[in-house]
Amino acid sequence: MNYHWNWGIFLEPVKSGDETYLDWLITGLGWTLAVSLTAWLIALCIGIAVGALRTTPSRLLVMLGNAWVELFRNIPLLVQMFLWFFVAPEFLPREWSLWVKQDMPAKEFITAALCLGFFTSSRVAEQVRAGVGSLPRGQHDAALALGLTLGQAYRHVILPQALRIVIPPLTSEFMNVFKNSSVAFAIGVLELTFQARQMQEDSEQGIETYLAVTLLYFICAFTANRVMALIEARTRVPGLIGKPA
Amino acid sequence: MIEIRNVSKWYGQTQVLKDCSTHVAKGEVVVVCGPSGSGKSTLIKCVNGLEPFAQGTITVDGISVSDPKTDLPRLRARVGMVFQHFELFPHMSVEQNLVLAQVKVLGRSAEEAVARGAALLDRVGLREHAAKFPGQLSGGQQQRVAIARALAMDPICLLFDEPTSALDPEMIGEVLDVMVELAQEGMTMMCVTHEMGFARKVAKRVVFMDHGEIVEDAPTNAFFDAPASERAKTFLSRILHH
Ligand SMILES: Nc1ncnc2c1ncn2[C@@H]1O[C@H](COP(=O)(O)OP(=O)(O)OP(=O)(O)O)[C@@H](O)[C@H]1O
Ligand SMILES: [Mg+2]
Repeated sequence: MNYHWNWGIFLEPVKSGDETYLDWLITGLGWTLAVSLTAWLIALCIGIAVGALRTTPSRLLVMLGNAWVELFRNIPLLVQMFLWFFVAPEFLPREWSLWVKQDMPAKEFITAALCLGFFTSSRVAEQVRAGVGSLPRGQHDAALALGLTLGQAYRHVILPQALRIVIPPLTSEFMNVFKNSSVAFAIGVLELTFQARQMQEDSEQGIETYLAVTLLYFICAFTANRVMALIEARTRVPGLIGKPA
Repeated sequence: MIEIRNVSKWYGQTQVLKDCSTHVAKGEVVVVCGPSGSGKSTLIKCVNGLEPFAQGTITVDGISVSDPKTDLPRLRARVGMVFQHFELFPHMSVEQNLVLAQVKVLGRSAEEAVARGAALLDRVGLREHAAKFPGQLSGGQQQRVAIARALAMDPICLLFDEPTSALDPEMIGEVLDVMVELAQEGMTMMCVTHEMGFARKVAKRVVFMDHGEIVEDAPTNAFFDAPASERAKTFLSRILHH
């Protein structure tokens, strides 16, 4: 291989400007974290709500929940990014549409976080539905028999158990959020992948660049995994080790 | 207290309750028995509206269970229920299990609810176990907690669905003791159970179900001494020689 290695490249200044390449990557990491964490928060809130709706006795709510999930999981994420970015604003009332196109602050970031959040929420909803479904029916009966409303039963009895059960599959969704956030470069979010492409072109040190970015993504996903493992340990129910509720 | 009149219920095409009528007066214990699949659980779950039914009426303390205007959560809060598999909330400590509905449904203060819970735990002989989780208790202990949880709501009547049939034989007694005590204090109870000793001791009447029908509804002694139907006779001989 006739490649000129230069691991010092990260500390060198970029061609036009007084930043270093490392600064670019740090900015990229910052946006990656911002998009991913915001998206994950959105995904959890909506995903838990939609997943729960899909287990209620109401046909209408179940249908709405199913529609949400099917909508977001059957379209490629990249296409969804473009849809939200280029197509969705056209359907807004005229003034809003103009505002979104011209004045909306952090437009790329907000679009990416919402898009990734909605996409991931459909996957979270699927897990939550399965978790609720795996609980014995008697838990639901016992909660209602005590006089709790259905909402209270979900809040205090059903969801706390279902969520504990689905922590392992949610862990991989959390890791996926970081990996999937790379798609945001396509609409111009200055996240890691975007910065990596820019650095590669600017520095012509593509191998170092992508190895460094790979490592950063790896650290993000791995940290997500450890955080979830910690939560799993912290919420473990005494006396239930290893067996489902 | 509990009036069940001409109740019928279908699951799709199959009729699981056929024109069932019976009642439990205030302070009475009525035992419901019958072969597996005869509809006992379904019937008792209709009483607090956990199962809807297509025809007939059920009233509890004069309030119709199937009337859409009835505030079901409020009615259920006054009707305790104890399940075959205990159904304690496994992610909560024993104390939290006892407190949850008192606070959320009855609006009691946390201190009041904890005190009431502690008193009832004491009563079922589990005072030291308040901080434990259900998974750390034996089946018999869990079922006693479940009874205490139901009692914490100060119910006007209690429903039991085979409260001892998931228990190891050596634990059945401790649960039945609590139930007998309750009966002797005048608690109104409708119990699905095959514990015939319990029935003889405290039940005013025995209801025998088969294939979704109430085949017999007789005073306890009459039922055991001279069951009227062939089906009840077969059932009794099978269960008593078990
Ligand atoms: N969700 C359901 N869908 C369809 N059929 C059901 C459902 N639940 C119960 N059944 C049927 O209704 C009938 C009565 O069931 P139920 O549970 O009330 O019987 P049981 O007398 O309590 O029996 P066991 O002694 O086994 O508890 C049974 O034939 C059962 O198969
Ligand atoms: Mg049953």
